[in-house]
Amino acid sequence: MLEVEGLSIEYETETGILPAVRNVSLEVREHESFGIVGESGSGKSTLAMGAIRYLASNGRVTGGSVRLNGVELLDLSRKELRALWGSRIGVVYQSPLTALNPSILIGKQLAEVARLHLGMDRGAAMTRVTEMLAKVAMPDPEAVMRRYPHQLSGGMLQRCVIAMALMTNPALLIMDEPTTALDVTTQAVVLDLVAELKREFDSAIVYITHDLGVVTKICDRVGVMYAGEFMEQASLRELFQRPLHPYTLDLLGCVPHFDRSPEKRSLVTIPGSIPHLDELPPGCIFAPRCSFVRDACRAARPPLDPVGEGHSSACIRWRIVPTPAERLGAATEALTELRSCSGDGAPLVEVDDVKTYFKGPGEGFLPGRRRHRAIRAVDGVSLTVCEGQTLGVVGESGSGKTTVARAIVGLTPATEGEIRLHGRKLEPAAESRKRGVLKEIQMVFQNPDASLNPTRTVGDAISRPLVLLGGMGRTEAATRARELLEAVSLPAGYYDRLPNELSGGEKQRVAIARAFAAEPDLILCDEPISSLDVSVQGSLMNLLMKLQVEQRTSYVFISHDLSAVQHLSDTIAVVYVGRVMELGDAVTVLTPPFHPYTEALLSAVPVADPDVKQTPIRLRGNVPSAMDIPSGCRFHTRCPRFLGDICREHEPPWRHGEGSHRIYCHIPLDELVQLQAETLVLASTTEDA
Amino acid sequence: MLRFATRRLGFVVLTIVLSSMIIFAATQILPGDVATMVLGRFASEEAKTNLRHELGLDRPLVVQYGSWLGNFVQGDWGDSISTRTEIRPLVFERLKNSAVLAAVAFLFYVPVGIVLGLIAALRRNSWIDQTISVGSLAFIGLPEFVSAVILITIFSIELGWLPSQSAIDPGTSWVTAFPKLILPAITVALTSLAYIVRMTRSSTVDVLQTDYVRTATLKGLPPYRVLFTHVLRNSLLPTITVVAIGVGWLMGGLIITESVFNYSGIGRLLLFAVQRRDVPLIQATALLIVLIYGVSNLIADVLYAVLNPRIRYN
Repeated sequence: MLEVEGLSIEYETETGILPAVRNVSLEVREHESFGIVGESGSGKSTLAMGAIRYLASNGRVTGGSVRLNGVELLDLSRKELRALWGSRIGVVYQSPLTALNPSILIGKQLAEVARLHLGMDRGAAMTRVTEMLAKVAMPDPEAVMRRYPHQLSGGMLQRCVIAMALMTNPALLIMDEPTTALDVTTQAVVLDLVAELKREFDSAIVYITHDLGVVTKICDRVGVMYAGEFMEQASLRELFQRPLHPYTLDLLGCVPHFDRSPEKRSLVTIPGSIPHLDELPPGCIFAPRCSFVRDACRAARPPLDPVGEGHSSACIRWRIVPTPAERLGAATEALTELRSCSGDGAPLVEVDDVKTYFKGPGEGFLPGRRRHRAIRAVDGVSLTVCEGQTLGVVGESGSGKTTVARAIVGLTPATEGEIRLHGRKLEPAAESRKRGVLKEIQMVFQNPDASLNPTRTVGDAISRPLVLLGGMGRTEAATRARELLEAVSLPAGYYDRLPNELSGGEKQRVAIARAFAAEPDLILCDEPISSLDVSVQGSLMNLLMKLQVEQRTSYVFISHDLSAVQHLSDTIAVVYVGRVMELGDAVTVLTPPFHPYTEALLSAVPVADPDVKQTPIRLRGNVPSAMDIPSGCRFHTRCPRFLGDICREHEPPWRHGEGSHRIYCHIPLDELVQLQAETLVLASTTEDA
Repeated sequence: MLRFATRRLGFVVLTIVLSSMIIFAATQILPGDVATMVLGRFASEEAKTNLRHELGLDRPLVVQYGSWLGNFVQGDWGDSISTRTEIRPLVFERLKNSAVLAAVAFLFYVPVGIVLGLIAALRRNSWIDQTISVGSLAFIGLPEFVSAVILITIFSIELGWLPSQSAIDPGTSWVTAFPKLILPAITVALTSLAYIVRMTRSSTVDVLQTDYVRTATLKGLPPYRVLFTHVLRNSLLPTITVVAIGVGWLMGGLIITESVFNYSGIGRLLLFAVQRRDVPLIQATALLIVLIYGVSNLIADVLYAVLNPRIRYN
């Protein structure tokens, strides 16, 4: 078992010494998994990697003790340490593709561990690898071993890395965001696997994640880190039900809950941002952002003290911390009623049987006789966005959701079908659209680093659409740009800053301000919050909702994150390999009958509530390639409710339900209801919250 | 893989055909008339016309090009106008000399360059790295005729260790002639050496920071095994391309270096041919150099694909 006591780690940088981890303790037992949760910059990876003494050359451990089964790791020589790495200590990394050597066969890379630490010869090591791959439920291990990393999907690769880490039955397994790079459905499969392996192997697991939902699937105990210190440690259930630190409480409030309430509520926000490590406040490090702060909090740094059985909190006022339900009631507000396209809204944008095909790689030897297969990225999608409403588009990567948005805005012109704005047909390509039309549709991209020009000031970025599309003069545009900064809750002083002086969340606020500058009717948000921290996600979702209420702008909100989509959307479209599978008002999409794909997505979403029971419906295999779309119903290759030949050979019909709700499936709706009622996907919803 | 290699080969053939056209066209627009050059300024117009007819110079250019390329491919490279001897044995004799010089240079700069680059990368930002990086940068900027003179001044004139002239009498064995090869080889190698050092350093620095090197380290592999099994295979890939392109530089460098050291290689032959306006000799030599360049690039591409599975399977 692992005991970390008073561990401190520093980084030496050009600007000085940064105390990245300060006086941190934790304990993990055999078969137990300890989750370290924290936002970026909280020091969670530094803590785990520092504990096993793998630090960048400018990092060093300055104090404390790390014992693994009684052996003090901080006293070991480099050589003794290497004997532990890979044998008693296994590590699973965030991105499995980059964690494996691109030019060495998988089998050889895995066998290396067996040969090095188990003293096996080539043949024995290969047999051991085959066994291990079978243990991580790898289909056809022999074939996988003869592949290179780029030939496998993310989920398969992560299984290989897990097999490699567990090869020697290590005493400690460190998993650093192992599912963050994977799709939701793949993530669910990998999480199931880890939960199962936890029982089979003796390892103590340290599981690092930013995702409060994932924690509930894997961890027995959880520690919440903030700017290099633990704020709270508790058993999983207790942490979620009765958090005793204001930071934990607020963090839980930032995550949208699955509910079926008829109104949109704001989320809890945490004002300010994580302090820089070189300017930490003298007292409680969370005090500047805490809503329960008193003068005493600022006087001295509170230690992580026991507040109950196996529960400790670094808050001197833990007794007055309210319950999550109380906090949600006090810190959030109902913003608008949920609306539905069938009832309350006039259609703004209609997407009618749109197809976007690309030319695929050629086959055949001779230049003149090469045949190109079409990449059918969007393969007949029809959607309606209503005035002042949000259409949520959800699906795994490769579903074509981004291509739909790019077709609407005209960046990737649709090759077939029609897109209408206010009932008038739009030119497919943005270049051939008139200014008046361009102004009406704006876009917010996933990565604000890439979508903001690094050499232009924030003010420039926001003024540009005002001048170009709004026809304003320079001074007028500058005044308006400052107003927009205020509207997205950024200080007016940011006008002259460059993007690299802003945090990720602030950049995305600038991108949102820029999108609103032209006063568009529609904003396409393509995964606008996915790359951001939980608390920043929450405040951006609040911002988007607030602006929508004020400006009556419509949104298309694209995300792989079903909980964010359900939180923001009036209508939801579930897409799979270029086609809509289910479409309807948010509430009807989230209640049975579900399309089997929606059902699988809902059952895979990591809900940040350990009391929610989800039916374990898992999808096999990978999302098919858009070059090779399965016949009949395109979902049949992975469908858990596959009927037989009919699904393989015939395209399913649209089955119409309540209001505008429709499902693209061979199974009639009443049968789906029956099947799914037995396995009610969200057994306990948080309606009471 | 076979398809990849065949396609690459196709490109190389295409390059060579295009180059042959350029070479042919370029030699056509060279000032000066061959017949005048051969027969002298006072030869009669009739004699010149006869000679032109005899050499086939009065035919249309396309026909001339076709027969030249056709003969070249069949091994009939014609006679040199200035030496009045057959071109092929002459060129091959010189090519052999150049190849020996190039090989010596190659065997020196490739391993030395890689090792220096690796040392710089492994000791990144130390004084060793600074020295190697600054030094290699200086050599990239130094033309051969300058570095040759510097080397001669130091090693021949001041120290007297090595000969400054490298003319090798026919019949001398390469072993006895070896000291004469050292200075020209180093001169030719310096630029390419610098490029290899820089390329090896930068790609190794990149690879050392990858996640898979972290994985390898946390497997508990000793540092030398991390380096040899996991780093080199990936970090030397870009170097291979530089080595192949370096063959082209080597060819360019040979022309100058061979002249400075008075070494009878193909570079000096080309210079000689240009000075004498010996069109057939220019054409043959230039095309041969293109051929060598093309083939070395082909080898680099194929080698790159063999070592890099991501290319191989695309």
